[in-house]
Amino acid sequence: MPDSLSITDGTTIACTHCGLPVPRGLVEPDADEQFCCNGCRTVYHMIREHGLDAFYRIRDESDDTPTRAPTTHRRYDEFADPTFRELYCRPAGQGVSSIDLSLEGVHCAACVWLIEKLPRVVPGVIEARLSMGTSQARLRWDERVVDLPTVARALDRLGYPPHPARGRDGQDARRREDRRFLIRIAVAGACAGNLMLLAFALYAGWFGGMEAQYETLFRWLSMGIGLVSLAWPGSIFFRGAIAALRTRTAHLDLPIALALGVGGAVGVYHVVTGTGEVYFDTLGVLVFLLLVGRFIQHRQQRRAGDAIELLFSLTPGSCHRLDEGGAATDVPVEALRVGDRVRVDPGEAIPADGVVLGGASEINQALLTGESRPVAVEAGGSVTAGATNLASPLVLRVEASGSDTRVGRLMAMVAEFAAERSPIVQLTDRIAGWFVIAVIAFASITAGLWLVLDPARALDHTVALLIVACPCALGLATPLTIAVAIGRAARHDIMVKGGDVLERLARYARGRGTILLDKTGTLTVGQTRVVHWHGPDDLRAAVASIERHATHPVGRALAALDEHAHETVTDVTQHGPGITATCNQQPFAIGTPAFIASRGVVWGQDIQRRIDEARTGHLSPVLVAVENRVEAVASCGDAIRPGAKEVVERLIRDGWRVALLSGDDRAVVEHVGDRLGLKPEDARGGIDPEGKVAAVHEAKQTGPVVMIGDGVNDAAALAAADLGVAVHGGAEASLIAADVYLARPGLEPFDQLARLSRRTLGAIRRALGFSLCYNAIAIGLAMAGLINPLVAAIIMPISSFIVLGAALSLRFDTR
Amino acid sequence: MSIIYIVLPLAIVLAVVAVGAFIWAVKRGQYDDLDTPSVRMLHDDEPTPPSTGDRRDSDTPSASDRPKP
Repeated sequence: MPDSLSITDGTTIACTHCGLPVPRGLVEPDADEQFCCNGCRTVYHMIREHGLDAFYRIRDESDDTPTRAPTTHRRYDEFADPTFRELYCRPAGQGVSSIDLSLEGVHCAACVWLIEKLPRVVPGVIEARLSMGTSQARLRWDERVVDLPTVARALDRLGYPPHPARGRDGQDARRREDRRFLIRIAVAGACAGNLMLLAFALYAGWFGGMEAQYETLFRWLSMGIGLVSLAWPGSIFFRGAIAALRTRTAHLDLPIALALGVGGAVGVYHVVTGTGEVYFDTLGVLVFLLLVGRFIQHRQQRRAGDAIELLFSLTPGSCHRLDEGGAATDVPVEALRVGDRVRVDPGEAIPADGVVLGGASEINQALLTGESRPVAVEAGGSVTAGATNLASPLVLRVEASGSDTRVGRLMAMVAEFAAERSPIVQLTDRIAGWFVIAVIAFASITAGLWLVLDPARALDHTVALLIVACPCALGLATPLTIAVAIGRAARHDIMVKGGDVLERLARYARGRGTILLDKTGTLTVGQTRVVHWHGPDDLRAAVASIERHATHPVGRALAALDEHAHETVTDVTQHGPGITATCNQQPFAIGTPAFIASRGVVWGQDIQRRIDEARTGHLSPVLVAVENRVEAVASCGDAIRPGAKEVVERLIRDGWRVALLSGDDRAVVEHVGDRLGLKPEDARGGIDPEGKVAAVHEAKQTGPVVMIGDGVNDAAALAAADLGVAVHGGAEASLIAADVYLARPGLEPFDQLARLSRRTLGAIRRALGFSLCYNAIAIGLAMAGLINPLVAAIIMPISSFIVLGAALSLRFDTR
Repeated sequence: MSIIYIVLPLAIVLAVVAVGAFIWAVKRGQYDDLDTPSVRMLHDDEPTPPSTGDRRDSDTPSASDRPKP
């Protein structure tokens, strides 16, 4: 452990493990080691205990941003449950099992080292292999020596809380697809390279003379390799073209297949008869370049998809099931059956629809209903899966689990709408339709013209035209530009799942599209916060220290006033609507105006004005009375995110119609709409998930619809809209339904994405314009009979490289 | 110049071997993760005498003789 981490300067002390500053209250004056949190302490001791100190050396060598160890200290009992094993573990023979785990907290090269040293920490683990790109580790362990919860606990104590990796089947399928793609590229590349070498010899023979027998040999070899290239990696274009013909849609594969097919067929005829020219080198290079372009786009999309999948795996999937005697066991949510009893602790999500048997608490249903205020529940009340328990433990009887829950039924709707979404015909494909017609027309003219002028050369010139007219640059422009754009977006925490998203977004903005915004969690934070604080700032620490003892959500909001506060608090008494305590020898009373008034405290005009202000803003006023005098007013509620108003204004200026669609109370939604400058009819509250879908369909009558939301209640609407955008902190249902995931809170990233999409479409248009110009010139040359295989081999790749340069020059505007 | 009748097919055979080797590597999963191995190879110099022995032990059936922790 290097000394440089211990003390950075005179005032702040750095955590021995992670190097972040240690909060003042946690500094231990005499200790050598200082920790910012319990997680870091655990990880540090774990590493020391197993002699893995080299971790710190390796980490300091890699440039790494310090992060706190996210250790949870959970027991991971659900990892031993039979249902869990069936879902995620695979037997590997002789008592050995293997599992893929998604790990939290993987951030640098040293993490790879530490995780792969797991066999040294836990005897019985045979191998641990981490893939940094996906944060997934593949473990193999001996069941007879160690059980999975022990392994999971060790990973957790090392600072990498494990979660079972979901969607493994999909991953395997994609990996196979990736491999097939790579093999195709390799074959196409090898063919193209060898074809070029053979072509060099043929061209050299052209200028320097060549014996006929060798020329024949080279031509036959070219044909052989060329046919391999067309039949194996090139088959993808023929298949695309046939599919396009069958569905009678325009697709870029059509002109490509035309050029490849005619070039190949005539080439074979020329080689066999020993007359005319062959273009196999150009065709091979075409196949290779087009495949590379498509592969790059495919890869970028995969990366964004992987990032979303990781988030999806990290959502907790376990709950505490109670047995007859009332003892709790952790089991995976999938193992729950109707009639089971479960305990839900404060801060946890409710795992299944059920009836409350015991306990009274408040639950946050923001993700489910859009309702921003906590809802009180008590014995006999029913709760739905996906809500969060806020205040105190609840015991539930499960009434429906898995796909039978309300959330499960919503997910079925999501799948239905996602399958229905109509694909847009991409710009390139629309052009391709006209392109084929134009090329065939020019080819006929050329053939006719040269049949009159010089019948012997007519076929040569027509084939030359078809080959140089192959839209190689056109085929590269779109995938490359989109790949660059998706990559740039991902670096700014915007995950784009599909290649057509950017084009859709750019086109919708112009086509008088509608943006439907969810309120809770999207425009607002989705949690109760202190929005305004009117009072002396030095009171904040005292209030925060007192409210740390409160369980009420408003209390938690007040506790966040000063996270580092450590004042001495005694005599804490919680009353329903307030709390009393003694802090620094002063009696405090904090609560609703009614609660404060009931304690005989009166207040003046000024304070009353603050209270009224808060109420008109649909916020809850909280008064702070010190020694029977009201000193401060805190207005609590779900605040509009900073910057949201500016983004909404900008979107309206760009031509969008912006409307609010929320499940929250009508009055609250109208107030938020008013604050954002929306018309009253564009701020609709009290809408259930089905109502949101109906609203999306209604808006679709006038134009394309973009839905932005975060909750389970938005998921079906996200899938039903032409474009669904899920925002940071959203429910997993919305992640699945959306095309775009904004991994940063607020609307700002959406604004950036909208601008990026506009710029991307611009770049695609420029590249298309250029490649069309190039094709026009090439067709002109071919009609004039000036193209021969050598000229074709030189001008084809040049256009592709220019398009590549144009794509790479795309910028991401962070403004 | 008739040597070319031998050299050219030979060159093509070489190319086929190279492509074959690449396909073999892809199918073995060597191209599945391109980020981690570049990091991992830097760490392998670490002197870790006990762990390598342990790993082999538990890989073989004899590991069942060991007491459970």
